Order: sequence, then C-alpha cells, then structure tokens
Amino acid sequence: MSKRLVNILVPLISILLGLIIGAIVMAVSGFNPIDGYVALWNGIFMDTYTMGETVRQITPYIFSGLAVAFAFRTGLFNIGVEGQLIMGWLAAAWVGQAFELPAVIHVPVALIAAAAAGALWAFIPGLLKAKLQVHEVIVTIMMNYTALHVVNALIGVISGGEERTEKIHESASLRSDFLETITDYSRMHWGFLIALLAVVIMWFILQKTTLGYELKAVGFNKNASEYAGMNVNKNIILAMVISGAFAGLGGAMEALGTFENMSKLHASTGIGFDGIAVALLGANQPFGVLLGAILFGALKNGGLNMPSEAGVPTEIVSIVIALIIFFVASGYIIRVALERFGKKRKEEK
Amino acid sequence: MSFLELLYFIIPSAIFYAAPLILTAIGGVFTERSGVVNIGLEGIMIVGAASSIIFNLTFAGQLGDATPWLGLLVAMVFGILISLILAVAAVSLRADQTVSGVALNMLGLAVAVFIVKMIYDKGQTDSITERFSRFDIPLLSDIPIIGKMFFVDVYATSILAIAVAIIAWYVIYKTPFGLRLRSVGEHPMAADTMGVNVTKMRYVAVMISGALGGIGGAIYAQAISGNFGASTISGQGFMAIAAMIFGKWHPLGALGAALFFGFAQALSVVGGSIPYVQDVPDIFLLILPYVLTVLALAGFIGKAHAPKASGVPYIKGKR
Repeated sequence: MSKRLVNILVPLISILLGLIIGAIVMAVSGFNPIDGYVALWNGIFMDTYTMGETVRQITPYIFSGLAVAFAFRTGLFNIGVEGQLIMGWLAAAWVGQAFELPAVIHVPVALIAAAAAGALWAFIPGLLKAKLQVHEVIVTIMMNYTALHVVNALIGVISGGEERTEKIHESASLRSDFLETITDYSRMHWGFLIALLAVVIMWFILQKTTLGYELKAVGFNKNASEYAGMNVNKNIILAMVISGAFAGLGGAMEALGTFENMSKLHASTGIGFDGIAVALLGANQPFGVLLGAILFGALKNGGLNMPSEAGVPTEIVSIVIALIIFFVASGYIIRVALERFGKKRKEEK
Repeated sequence: MSFLELLYFIIPSAIFYAAPLILTAIGGVFTERSGVVNIGLEGIMIVGAASSIIFNLTFAGQLGDATPWLGLLVAMVFGILISLILAVAAVSLRADQTVSGVALNMLGLAVAVFIVKMIYDKGQTDSITERFSRFDIPLLSDIPIIGKMFFVDVYATSILAIAVAIIAWYVIYKTPFGLRLRSVGEHPMAADTMGVNVTKMRYVAVMISGALGGIGGAIYAQAISGNFGASTISGQGFMAIAAMIFGKWHPLGALGAALFFGFAQALSVVGGSIPYVQDVPDIFLLILPYVLTVLALAGFIGKAHAPKASGVPYIKGKR
C-alpha cells in the first residue's frame, strides 16, 4: 500500500472508529445510536439556520487548527492556542467598542489588534524556548490559565465592573444583513472568508517563501538548519509569533462575529484545545486543517441538537472527538494493521 | 486581627486547599519519573471528582460517615481505569504523550458530564450531605502557638496528602522499585539492558498517577466544592503539574510547592478579610502559581530539570 494512501486512510479509519465507539457508548447508556446520529446530522444540515451556525462554529476552529499546525511544522507544540485566542478575543472586543471608525478601517484595525495580542502572548514562550531552552508545552499551558485570569480581570476594568464588555460598534462587526437573511438570522458572519484566506496564507508562507522553508527546515532538524546557516532561535520565535497571530484572529472571530462582545470566562473555551485535534487530523497541512475544522466544527455544532431531538447529552460529541484524537495519535497501530493487511493481499495474488 | 490570629486562620485553609494538589502532583511525579508526560491529570481529577460525588449522593443514606472515605476508594478505581487509556496509547501504541494527555482531559470531562447528565438530567449534581469533617488532634493541639496553627480543625484528608508525599519520597528514593522507576525515566535502554521491564514500570507509574489523581479530584469535590459540574475542576490538574515542576520532580518539592499554591489559593479566597492582602487585586494571587512555574522553568528560581527520557516513547532496539 502506498504511503500516501496510508496517510489518508489513518485519519479516515480513526474517524470511523470514533463514531462506532460513540454509537456503542450511546447504546450502552440506553440511547438509540441511530436516533443520536440522525439528530447530529440534523444539527448540522437541517435548515439554512443550522447550516449558518455550523459555518460559524467552523470559522474559529480553522484559526485554532492553523495556529497549532503552524507551530508544529517548526517542531513546536503550541498548547497555548487557548490563551492566545482569548487574548485576541479581548483585544478585538476592546477595539470594537472603544473606537468609532469607518468600517473599512475599523474591522482591519480590530483584526490586527487581535493578531498582535495573540502574537504577544505566544512571543513569551517562543523567547523562553529560543533563549533558555524552556519546553514550550508547560509554559504555554501555564500561560493559558494566566490569560484566563488576566482577561477576566481586564473585562472588569474595561466594562467598569460588569460581567461583559459592551457590544462592539456596527462598524467593527463582521455580521451582515445579507448573511442573516439567507441563513434565517443565524450568527454566521464574514469571518469564514478571512479564515479561508488564512488557510491560503499559511500554505503560501510554508510553500512559497524562504521564511517558510527555513521554518520547516528547523522543524525537521534543528542542528542541520543551524549548520546550513539559518538562525534557529529567530525561526523558533517567529513560528510561535505567527502561530499566536492565527490564534488571536480566531479570538477576533468570536469578538467581531459570533458574540460581538466578551463575557468573563469560568473555564477554557475549548476552541484552542480542539485546535490540537483539528491540526492532528489535518496532518498539519493547511488544507488538511480546513477539512479537520469542518469535521470537528460540524460535529460540535450538530451535537447541540442531540439533547433536544434524541435526548443524548451533547458531551457524546466531545467523547467521539477525544477518541478520534487517541486513534490518530496511536496511528502506529493502524499503520501496522494496514501493512499486514496489504501484505496478505499481495501474497494471495 | 493580630498577626498570630491571621496565621491561625490562613495556615489551616492553605493546607486544606493544598491537599488535592499535593496528591495529584505526587501522581505526576511518578509518571514523569518513569518517562511519561501526563498532561491528562486534569481529566483524571475530573473523573475522580465526578465518581466520588455520584457515589456519595447515591450511598450517603446507607453508609453515613464512611461515605466520603469510600468515595475516595471509588475515585481511585475510576482514576486508574481512565489513566489506563493513557498508558495504552502512550506506552504500548507509542502515541505522542502530550497529544494523548490532551485527549484524556477532553475525554475525562466529556465522560463525566455525560454520565452526570444521564443520571441526574442536569449538568450539575446536588450538594452532598456527607462531607469530610474536621477534628482536633489530641495532645498536639494543646501545644502553644504551633498546636493552634497546625493541629486544630484539621481535615484528615490533609494528613493523608502529606503522608502520601512522604511515602512517595521513600518509595522513589529508598526502594528498588523507585530506583528502577527513575532509571526507566532517565535512560530506558540502559534499564532494559539490566532487565528492568520498561513497559511494565511505565504502566505501573501511570496507574499510580491515576489512583492519586482520582483521589485528589475526589478530595477537591468532597471537601471543597461539595458537588460536581463541568467547571468544578478547572485548572486544578494543571496547577498540580505546575507544583510538580516547581518542586523539581521531587515528591517533597512537589509537596512544598503544592502547599505554597494552596496558600495562594487560600489567600485569594479569604484575602478579602485580611488587612494589606485585601488591597492586592485577586488577579495577582490567581496567576501567581502559573507565573512562578514559568519563572522556575526559565531558571530564575533555580534550574528545573525534567527526567531525561520524559516524553519519549521507548521502542526496543531503537538507538
């Protein structure tokens, strides 16, 4: 079996196994798995409203997936996407409500602020990794919780003691009457176009620029890159900063599109952690990330329909997603199985 | 309020808040010492918290005072079960340990909330009636000053946590098992050559962390929160990881770090009634453990070194 085919089959088999075990869990818990999955399907595609909401859910997942994938290509595991995303969310929400500008300027300024906030939050672990060889996984985890508390405190300061920031001005909003009309007043917004653009940008940086070549080279082999004259430290910091910028933009989608403000968070949003799943499933390729985000975003949004239509708690979707990650991560065993299967077929011939 | 009264007030609550952190951090020490990174401690704690609360609510009527203690045992069993998923993925199937840990957190939370919703038809359980209770330690509590600081109104769970930390130190540094555990985490190939079963050691270590993490979650739920919902455990597991690193992968270091983080948590909860502390915004106390961990890692508070083979799956025969 060709390597390419195996690389495509591993995620597909993982998704299938995840869904099958999800069905078993539902059956054991006394629910009808077919009803459950029909409700899931309806929660994704039932009407224009649900489809609009599905696209809305997919949008930030594209960004968080790109953020994880981008860092990963340079050999960095950015678990801090969650924290960078909520920093970006707050920055965009603040710019959106604090200034009054024409829309052509307001939206880009808010987006840049979000990207900068995310990038700044990712710069710290990048710097520590490059200069002091501190492992980025632990630092970014710690910075997630720091971000959570800092953001909550800042929301209090910005809003003068309220639980949420004021609604952003119309001029900073990504929502539109047109999208609301065609999707029956869902919260779908133009952010999905920005997300698609981001996918292309990541592909362009990695495949068509010297910077991308260096980033990938550092990811493959640090020492060889250093020997070839590349500045490894600079590339590590840059990779984290760009990754953080993607994460921050993901937060901007929530600030300028979905919620149009920011409320205090009691726990992580989960978008950043789901980004790890998205990137893993998409094999850290920009277009793979897009597919992964579509799958997980659709599952998440569809899952919201499961309690009302089939009586199954929404969490079944998170169980399925977690299982898919386990299977993709344990791809080794699926590969071995596929190889054995391939060999047998050959022998029979 | 005099300074001494302040200490009488804050030290017991610091130890109280630290107990779940101590146990979970010690669990983390065991896995990391064996060469497995366990990001999934949060998920394990969640499962422990949920299972103990469900057990407590179901059997409090029949079992009375013993309920919370049996709840700990139940949480331990479920903690071990869920940690086995990590062991299978990360040790046997050579999955990326960090990724499997993240997945374990997701799975733990999802399964716990799924089951709670299934049983109670709502996302949050009722409050339990049988909680851990405090008591004064006889004789010791009569010692002037110190007695009132450490031995009055003590939770038995705090004693358990500190005892476990000391036992863990003994096991890791003074027994053949501990030596093997550390060798597997530093240089698995050398350990394998000497006849140590690397896979078995790592499985045992992950299961120990499952047991301790489950108990830690159960103590948090049955002593501090009193019920279980999706946000009951939010960040406790990661704070335990922080304590483990801040304690430099040493059981007693982790104990000290966890006590310190417990102190910070206690301050952020009761600080409003303490002079000077009430002027410090909450936010600084809330982020203190995380910031300190980053500083510790960066070498500002003495360099922290992880076990060498931590995070690397062991593949026999591979150089």
